[in-house]
Amino acid sequence: MEGEFEIVDHTADVGIKAYGANMNQAFANAAKALFSLITELDNVDEVLYRDIELVAPDQESLLVEWLNELIYIFDAENIVFKRFDITQLNNTRLKARSYGEKVDSAKHKLKIGVKAATYHMLKVDKTNGCQVQVLFDI
Amino acid sequence: MPAPWQGILKKIDDYRWEIPKSYKAGMTVPGLIFASESMLNHIWQEQVFQQVANVAFLPGIVNYSLAMPDIHWGYGFPIGGVAATRVTDGVISPGGVGFDINCGVRLLRTNLTEEEVRPKIEQLIAELYVNIPSGLGSKGKIRVSEKELNEVLTKGSRWAVEKGFGEAEDIVVTEESGCLKGANPGKVSDKAKKRGIPQLGTLGSGNHFLELEVVDEIYDRDAAGAMGIDDVGQVLFLIHTGSRGFGHEVCSDYVRLLGEAVKRYGINLPDRQLACAPVNSPEGQDYLQAMACAANYAWTNRQCITHWTRESLIKVLGKSRKELGLEQIYDVCHNIAKLEEYPIDGKRQKLCVHRKGATRAFPAGHPDVPDVYRDIGQPVLIPGDMGRCSYIALGTETAMKESFGSTCHGAGRMQSRAAAKRSLRGADVVKALTAKGITVKAGSMGSLAEEASEAYKDVTEVVEITHKAGLSRKVARAIPVGVIKG
Repeated sequence: MEGEFEIVDHTADVGIKAYGANMNQAFANAAKALFSLITELDNVDEVLYRDIELVAPDQESLLVEWLNELIYIFDAENIVFKRFDITQLNNTRLKARSYGEKVDSAKHKLKIGVKAATYHMLKVDKTNGCQVQVLFDI
Repeated sequence: MPAPWQGILKKIDDYRWEIPKSYKAGMTVPGLIFASESMLNHIWQEQVFQQVANVAFLPGIVNYSLAMPDIHWGYGFPIGGVAATRVTDGVISPGGVGFDINCGVRLLRTNLTEEEVRPKIEQLIAELYVNIPSGLGSKGKIRVSEKELNEVLTKGSRWAVEKGFGEAEDIVVTEESGCLKGANPGKVSDKAKKRGIPQLGTLGSGNHFLELEVVDEIYDRDAAGAMGIDDVGQVLFLIHTGSRGFGHEVCSDYVRLLGEAVKRYGINLPDRQLACAPVNSPEGQDYLQAMACAANYAWTNRQCITHWTRESLIKVLGKSRKELGLEQIYDVCHNIAKLEEYPIDGKRQKLCVHRKGATRAFPAGHPDVPDVYRDIGQPVLIPGDMGRCSYIALGTETAMKESFGSTCHGAGRMQSRAAAKRSLRGADVVKALTAKGITVKAGSMGSLAEEASEAYKDVTEVVEITHKAGLSRKVARAIPVGVIKG
């Protein structure tokens, strides 16, 4: 089994691949990959959480919306997350609790701005363990 | 060994290469790439040809799916792509505008010379860095309520000028006079507004920048003079930013909504990021109204930054606004969709022109060109990377005939951010820029390495092609002396 996630090179933007024994884990690792692009996760403590509930037409869309929801919370509330507990996930519905803290410029060095998760090169694959792929617009 | 694209691309002339419709089943028009032969090998390595071909699937697309010479691999649409669709039976695609709606460039002139600015450059950059919020997570100095934000979204630059940020003359020399009509805040989600409120009046991060630059070549003295560019050595100021998180959220919202519309209208697409809806459908109209809000947010943003730039220069140089001659030359957007009319098959038709990393380039005499430039054409602002140079050009009749009044928008990335960071360190980039006489300040060293010259195509090569192909005409070139990167 590969690690939790890896970063995929793209000329203008950045892609990620995330893995898991099940889809819940793969989705959680995709979120972890996203925040690893934004800041050093080692410096983030779990001092608050946010609950997210989403409905989407299919699991690929659900992945994009999950990540976009986290980007939204980061941007609007200035929260960086490090741990993601996905309590429900099927083809059209996701429920999750994400743990992290407010950005503190003395503690968290922000690396890159992520505008959004895109549908380009999007993959949700269950053939060999669970694997997802997303391209972010940077 | 023959080049990999040989046998696929049809050479029209030295700067025009056609991707025939037979390249990919589903294309309704051919693709057309404006590039030199030497650029094609690099373009081929990426998925750019595929992306140009995919755009040719869009219902109602006319003539060609176009690619400017700064084309590079995007998501869905290529960056540097232009696609015009018929308003009557064609579609609008939020991905053809991009996440940073109305990302654009504004250029200011000054009466200053390089000699006057050089001794104070460190101080100037420091002052600008303090006065103009930049970088990831930065918050604006402007606090607006939701009601005021709605005014920003409907009025654009005019809102800023009414609040004392800038001058009425700035609006005259801004594309669409800094306000895209039809903006309807009711079509924008609360989430977009929540992202937008704290970020109004911020530069942002990534490839956004502020740049003090010096004119080093003038190709057309009369046209340059009409823009207030009088001589080599004159200092100019360039602002590159867009609609921040507000625009990103509007795009995300509508890619999702139009993804559903694609199914309802039975549209066949090769890439989900090309999600679209008929221009005349409720979904298409909703997006256009929301997009106009984001465009107006971006113009307000650049307008506020213009004001703080003037403030900073006045303070550090100890001269009056008038003595400094801080007039705006022009403001262009390079991520936008516009409803414009062109002759197609002998008839004037209303088209939805998507410019995804492309600049409008209207010729002399065009009614949408402000009076001051009516005789020379619309100024086109083409920034390069921070270590090379930027160009000022003009729109042409050829652009009207061949590219729906569009030309290139910049250098175009060549190397991924990760690759740039692997091969360069931020500190080395600073050293290299300092050696060239460029003072630089950035939010993070990592972002500096990502934005290094080496990661970009040479903008000179890009501008040469649009110039020789006739899509825009070079007027002047400027080299950076001070840069702020978000």
